[in-house]
Amino acid sequence: MKDMMLLVEPLIPALRRYAKALLRDPAGADDLVQDCLERVIARWHQRRADGDARTWVFSILHNLAMTRLSRARRRWHVALEDADETATAAPPTQEHGVMHRDLMRALETLPEEQRSVLLLVSVEDLSYAEAARVLDIPIGTVMSRLARAREKLLRATEAEAPATGRGTSLRRVK
Amino acid sequence: MTGRPIAEEDLHAYIDDALDPVRRDEVQAYLDGHADVARRVAAMAEQRRALRAAFAPVAEEPVPSGLSLPWLIEKRRRSWLAPWQGSWRSAAAALLLLGLGGLGGWFAHLLSPEATGIAALKEEAAANYAVYASDRVRPVELRAADRDELLAWVSKRLKRPVALPDLSASGYRFMGGRLVATAHGPAGLFLYDDDRGTRVAMLVRPMAFERDTPMSAHEQGTLAGFAWADQGLGYSLMATAPAERLHPLADEVRRQVDGQLRS
Repeated sequence: MKDMMLLVEPLIPALRRYAKALLRDPAGADDLVQDCLERVIARWHQRRADGDARTWVFSILHNLAMTRLSRARRRWHVALEDADETATAAPPTQEHGVMHRDLMRALETLPEEQRSVLLLVSVEDLSYAEAARVLDIPIGTVMSRLARAREKLLRATEAEAPATGRGTSLRRVK
Repeated sequence: MTGRPIAEEDLHAYIDDALDPVRRDEVQAYLDGHADVARRVAAMAEQRRALRAAFAPVAEEPVPSGLSLPWLIEKRRRSWLAPWQGSWRSAAAALLLLGLGGLGGWFAHLLSPEATGIAALKEEAAANYAVYASDRVRPVELRAADRDELLAWVSKRLKRPVALPDLSASGYRFMGGRLVATAHGPAGLFLYDDDRGTRVAMLVRPMAFERDTPMSAHEQGTLAGFAWADQGLGYSLMATAPAERLHPLADEVRRQVDGQLRS
């Protein structure tokens, strides 16, 4: 119990962040984190003692999120159509509002498998190996999904905002 | 220089600051010579920064009370106990409905705090005493000479340091011990004996409930025992000896264990 408090409690803010970024639904995200923590409590004794608690907890959260997303897929796409600003994780401030909105919209266009890799690596600071463990995929797949996610995000925001000056000169170079 | 060609993976690892210094310098040198790639990498790095900034406020929000770990642990415990902790009438109704008075009673007992806390520890201690302390051939798996190995083993399996009291001043020699199974996970069993062959057993295991509990006596036939819990570890001292002789020994064990674990 004590080691669970020590290892899991500090993760809760990051778990909420990942759930919110992945689901784009603040209330649903906290429900998901609660489900995750309940599972962590119930299965704590099954955890491999030599394993890393963070990747273990994140993999539980991720699997729950994927189950929820696939169950609500139809509803999810509808919700995206009329998603308003309150559904975004952070209300955009005036100076970076345009970029924030474009970025969030571009993030939503990513397939879940790319979005999760991008969030785990870029936002949650997991190493490529840790992300591979959380998602239960080879590290090479993590790399290719990350590359595709970044390419797509870049193209999407450039198409949305050619006025930012980065423009079309940023073509892919081998 | 490694001389390896710069791969797409290197560019992403550069963005994520996941390269070793040598490789990072190589990628930097490559980017210095390829302005178009450098612009693309810079744009991706900027998006990475923007993404982090966009979601950072979530992690800085106060954690909602519904996600408090102690509260969720308590909630889980209550959901287990709730059906049996209601009024006597509802418990009785449940037993009647089951139509299995004996089995239902046993089940209720299993889920009651009595059977998961100190009371369970007392039963486990008595069962293990009966099996191991009476064994004349091999009462312990690791002998007193292997004290350090035994302590390391038990501490590892119990996932926390365990203290071993020295009872020689009270006339009890340390014999050795072993890891034993209980319904609540592994426990350490340490045996001592005196010149008359009286064996004293100390059982120790982590407690999920009643983690700090004052010492209380328990008896099973000719067996006397004292059990308590301190800082999440439960202890039982048992012997086929009168309780009044065992009591000062239990006090001594508690005093030493407390001293060793706090030092």
